[in-house]
Amino acid sequence: MREVDIAIIGGGGTGLTAAIYAARAGRTVVVFEGLITGGQIATTDLVENYPGFPDGVNGFDLAQGFLKQAEKFGAEMVYENVESLERERSGTFVLTTTGSEFGARAVIMAAGATYNKLGVTGEERLVGKGVSYCATCDAAFFKGVDTVVVGGGDAALDEGLFVTRFAKSVRIVHRRDSLRASALLQERARANPKISFVWDTAVEEIEGTESVSSVRLRNLKTDVVSNLATAAVFVFIGQKPNNGLVGELAEMDEGGHAVVDLSMRTKTPGFFVAGDLRTAAARQLISACGDGATAAISAEHYLTATYGAPGQSH
Amino acid sequence: MSDVKEVTDLTWEAEVLQAELPTLVDFWAPWCGPCRMVAPIVAELSEEYAGKVNFMKMNTDENPQVPSKFGIRSIPSLLIFKGGELKGTVVGYRPKPELKKRIDEALV
Repeated sequence: MREVDIAIIGGGGTGLTAAIYAARAGRTVVVFEGLITGGQIATTDLVENYPGFPDGVNGFDLAQGFLKQAEKFGAEMVYENVESLERERSGTFVLTTTGSEFGARAVIMAAGATYNKLGVTGEERLVGKGVSYCATCDAAFFKGVDTVVVGGGDAALDEGLFVTRFAKSVRIVHRRDSLRASALLQERARANPKISFVWDTAVEEIEGTESVSSVRLRNLKTDVVSNLATAAVFVFIGQKPNNGLVGELAEMDEGGHAVVDLSMRTKTPGFFVAGDLRTAAARQLISACGDGATAAISAEHYLTATYGAPGQSH
Repeated sequence: MSDVKEVTDLTWEAEVLQAELPTLVDFWAPWCGPCRMVAPIVAELSEEYAGKVNFMKMNTDENPQVPSKFGIRSIPSLLIFKGGELKGTVVGYRPKPELKKRIDEALV
C-alpha cells in the first residue's frame, strides 16, 4: 500500500488547485481522476470570467495549465476511479482504486458534479446520434440544421449560443417561463436571431431511428403535446453532486452536497470537501479553485497539528 | 512504441475495411477538448495491443465522408472494425480500463 500525506479525489479546478497548494507546501500529494483532467471546465470553449484573461481562455488549455502547475510542484496524477474510501481507527484513510491501494493522512474530496440526463425514452439510445451533453464537442456536426437545447440556466444559454455558430436555428426548450441564466447571457441569447425560446415546456421523448429526427414536447401549462423536428438535442438541465464516496464521513444537505465549514472541514478530522460537491457552492471555476486552496491550507494545518511538519516520517 | 496512423476518406477502404488485423479508429477534431484527452490513451492502447489491433485516427474536419457514413454526431467516437465490419462503438471520453474491456469484447 502506497502512503501519502494528502489524497485528492477529483482532478478538476478544485482538485488541481488543492494539489498546487499542498504539493508546494512540501506534502506528498496524489490526485485521482477517472475521467477528464480539468473536469467540467475542460469541455468549455471559452471561459470569460476567470480573472487574468481579459479576452477569455479556452477551458481545456486552462485545465492543462492547472495540471502542469500541480505536477511541477510534485503532485502525482493517478488516472483511476476511487472505488472505496474508509477511515481507519488510527485516523488514516484507505483508498482503493481499480488497480491499487493508497493510505492517506488527509483526504480532499473534490469530485464535483455530473450533468443530469433528461431520463426520457430515446435519450440513451440516441447519445452520439444527435443527443449531446457537450456543445463544444458536437455542435460542428450540425451545420445548417435546426437544433434544440434543453434548459434555462447559464450552461443552456452559453452552449446554445455556441451552437448558433453552426446550426441554422436553436430552440431553447425550458420548463418555466423565465430563465435562471445571468442577465448578460440572457441579453446575448435574446439578441441572437438564430435563437428562439419554447417556454413552459418539457421534452417527453426523443425520436429517430438512425439519428435524432424530432422531439415530443408537452406544454406544462396547457398540456398540449406537439412534435418538433430537430437533428440535435443538447441537454443542460443542471447537475447532481458526485457524493458516492462521502458516506458517513460528512453530513449532507437536502441536495446531497456535503456540509462543510468556511475552512472546508467536515465532521471527520482530516476529511475535507471542496468545490461543486460542497453545500452552498457558487459553482464557478474561480470559487471552486478558491475552495481547493482553502481545503489544502486546512489540510496542511491539520497535518501539522496531528503529525508534524512536512517530511516527518509516516 | 505507440503507433496511431492518420486515416482519410481516401485510404479508409484499404487501411480499415481491408485490414488483416482488427482496427480501432479514433474520430477526432482539433477543437474538441475531450478528444485531446483521449488521444494519449489511444496511443497507450496501441502499445499494449501492438500486433493484435491496428490503431488509426480520423480528423472529422478534413474527412466528411466516412464520419457521415457511420452517422458520427459526437466526438470523440471510437469505432472498432474486424473483417470489414463494425464491431463496437464507444462515444465520448471513457477511462482506459473501460476502453480495454470494450476492445476485448469486440475482438471475440
